[in-house]
Amino acid sequence: MTITSPTKVSEPGLPARSVHRAPKKPSRFKPGAGQQLKGGPFAYVALAVIGIGSLLPLYWTLVAASHTQDEVLATTPPFLPGGRLFHNLDAAWTQAHLGKAIVNSVIVAGCITAATLFFCTLAGYAFAKMRFRGRGALMTGVILTLTIPPQLSVVPLFMMMADLGWGGNLESVIFPTLVSAFGVFFMRQYLMEALPYELIEAAKIDGANNFRIVLSVVLPVARPAMMVLGMLTFVQAWNDFFWPYLALNQQNPTLQVALGQLSASYTPDTSIVMAGALISTLPLLVVFVIFGKQIVGGIMSGAVKG
Amino acid sequence: MATSTPTRDAYAPPPRGSQHKPVDARRQTWRSRLWRFDDKASPYAYIAPFFLVFGAFGLYPLLYTGWIAMHRVEMTGMDQMEWVGWENFDKILHDSEFWTAVSNTFLIGVISVVPQLLVALGLAHLLNYKLRASTFWRTVILTPYATSVASAALVFALVFRADGGLLNWALHFVGLGDTNWANGHWTSKIAIAVIVIWRWTGYNALIYLAAMQAVPSDLYEAASLDGASRWQQFRKVTIPSLRPTILFTIVISTIGSMQLFGEPLLLEGGTLGATGGNENQYETLSVYLYNYGWNLGHLGPAAAVAWAMLALLLIIAAVNWLIGRFVRKSAV
Repeated sequence: MTITSPTKVSEPGLPARSVHRAPKKPSRFKPGAGQQLKGGPFAYVALAVIGIGSLLPLYWTLVAASHTQDEVLATTPPFLPGGRLFHNLDAAWTQAHLGKAIVNSVIVAGCITAATLFFCTLAGYAFAKMRFRGRGALMTGVILTLTIPPQLSVVPLFMMMADLGWGGNLESVIFPTLVSAFGVFFMRQYLMEALPYELIEAAKIDGANNFRIVLSVVLPVARPAMMVLGMLTFVQAWNDFFWPYLALNQQNPTLQVALGQLSASYTPDTSIVMAGALISTLPLLVVFVIFGKQIVGGIMSGAVKG
Repeated sequence: MATSTPTRDAYAPPPRGSQHKPVDARRQTWRSRLWRFDDKASPYAYIAPFFLVFGAFGLYPLLYTGWIAMHRVEMTGMDQMEWVGWENFDKILHDSEFWTAVSNTFLIGVISVVPQLLVALGLAHLLNYKLRASTFWRTVILTPYATSVASAALVFALVFRADGGLLNWALHFVGLGDTNWANGHWTSKIAIAVIVIWRWTGYNALIYLAAMQAVPSDLYEAASLDGASRWQQFRKVTIPSLRPTILFTIVISTIGSMQLFGEPLLLEGGTLGATGGNENQYETLSVYLYNYGWNLGHLGPAAAVAWAMLALLLIIAAVNWLIGRFVRKSAV
């Protein structure tokens, strides 16, 4: 299971294609029938319908963010973007202190991503390629932690953060998520296949100590997987809501928290709330448009919900 | 996910080589001792950050939750803890709102997980065809994953609005009357399930797609030689090969549905979120916990709710395990 293989399989031009093109044979005798068959019109129509369903709410966010509240909530809602977008963005910006929230979100997601990449690569390497007592049991422990919802520990966590003097600060959001079980698992899966033992041995014979091996052998090999893990982690840290909403206060929110507070205010203006939603979603949509292929490949190779 | 075994011991001490000859014996042993220590300690040092962070911010708080659940602790003075024994558990177990939250969480979980995974399976099957622009389709169906809970919930709040909501407008168009989605017991749960389904179906479809592409094609070949139709192949080859993946997504989605928080909190906005609607019709356990701890400020009962969630999780795990055992037995 490498990062690139799943996307490769479906690319056109594989030898199987010519077989499927062969006309006038009963379809059930085609080798590999059921897999890698050419999609008929039905497949495209169905995908188009689901695709539109996937994108429609995002389009509606844009439409709602570019009209006045009255227009959005009229009996016949608008279907095309209006001209109030910048007015609403500006209003959201000042009402919800989004400038500070964006800076906070960048700090939080950036720190979490950097730390996750470093620590998960180290741990993934140890689990994939090093032999030590208790390796299997410890790895099982890592995977089991995936099943513990954060809800179970938020009350004492909140009290601990207050004790540490981090109450309401970004530290209280950053520190609990410095390493992720998913990341350890993901890097382990990748390194097990991508890093040959010969490479490590060669470095050992050259007199490299273990950390030197990590720096000059493991990290370069792990780079493609780290790219993917980095994007997945960033998306998750950027979008995280539950714990930040509890831990951060009104004056020091991340984007998602600010958005939640904006909508929970006394008289939330729908258009302004949607403008805020647009601001919080837009950066990730841009990332998706640019790196869509890699993110898709990463999820398919990780096959674990983070 | 094959576990690759090393062909030989990669961590044998370095060969007592000719290169090291000129070094005197004492230094040699010191160096090799250091070397051996490096080999022994390094793996533990590399995995330590995970276990330290998890221990400090995951496991320890989880256990400490049980201790707090036995105390009266208020948000306003968190350093004063007063022992009350089982009182907090007593309080929540006799609170009808708690049981409403339990059943809401359960019902929303079922009506979001089941359709989500079924649609994902069908979608993965579609994506497994040879398609033009296959990467484009995959990216499009994954786009909702890029959206945060907060923005998704807020957009859908607009869609499901009673007055001037997009959905009611569409229903009007086909001649159906207004529905007050957030007010109804079932309609509000459906609304929340739709948000969950929208965000996660594409993600699960990609996981299924990855598993489908790993199914060896000679299985299909053999099946089609035996005269199996497409549908029979899907049922008899694809689904059994995907069983571990399906089980995995069921477990992960179930755990995810236990945690639903942002969707109900923001469905109506304003102050109704913290109580999950005016009749708690869409209050989930997470919202109930939030309401007790952060809205009302009683951290003791909130901790008791957390432990009740743990108990529910264990029950679900046990049921899962029993079903898994039953399925395996009847399959053999």
